[in-house]
Amino acid sequence: MTNAARLISALADPTRRAVLEKLKDGPRPVGEIARGLPVTRPAVSQHLKVLKDAGLVADRSVGTRRIYYIDPRGLGAMRAWLDQFWEAALDAFKLAAEAEAKKTNKKEGE
Amino acid sequence: MSTQIRPAPVKRSIFVHAPQAHAFEVFTDGIGLWWPKTHAIGDAELDKPVIEPREGGRWYQRGVDGSECDIGKVLAWNPPSRLLLAWQLDPDWNFNADLVTEVEVTFMPEGNGTRVDLEHRYLERMGDRAEEMAEKVGSPGGWTAVLQLYSEASEK
Repeated sequence: MTNAARLISALADPTRRAVLEKLKDGPRPVGEIARGLPVTRPAVSQHLKVLKDAGLVADRSVGTRRIYYIDPRGLGAMRAWLDQFWEAALDAFKLAAEAEAKKTNKKEGE
Repeated sequence: MSTQIRPAPVKRSIFVHAPQAHAFEVFTDGIGLWWPKTHAIGDAELDKPVIEPREGGRWYQRGVDGSECDIGKVLAWNPPSRLLLAWQLDPDWNFNADLVTEVEVTFMPEGNGTRVDLEHRYLERMGDRAEEMAEKVGSPGGWTAVLQLYSEASEK
């Protein structure tokens, strides 16, 4: 999935948008985010995971609690995209390098 | 908001059944053989990307119409073991001379081939730019920008 596609799919769900809204004014633990939302706490955790994968929110541990906050710069999504880009590029590079190496070997063997 | 993310560098390794010098050559001179064709910059259809083989050399894409679009430049040229490139594309895939992220590629002989390690680092500099852009359109914390992106994309 592209960066933009991931963002769109993460934001397509109204509950996830509500979860993000809750983080608008600052970092919050899961319990506080779940308060007032018509879904269970595990469901909220699942939504937070999707938002995190999309690079929209990040988390950190404070004591035994996990605090979630909006990634103000969307860098997580950018990084995920580049990671995927280089994986595909290096796979293609390996194929090209090995194909060229075979050609050279053949020539030398003739 | 002061909570900022410093993303870890993107690191990728691959083993290639080819000698070190050959791997270096295909990565640089032969970049047109493997660079993903779907990632053309500019308006013209991609012909091939070019890495000029020297420190300070350009790294650019040539379009089928002969036009050229910069990707970045060569920061260090140490064949056959190391290449350091500046990737100067912003998150929208546009060249930005003020933005420098680094792509370091090393080629190490291993067994009957070469281990190629790639590291793309200083990605947070892209965020600095994104943040500047967000400030320009008056959206604190990037929140408005995210929602705007969503609404624009969903309208397409």
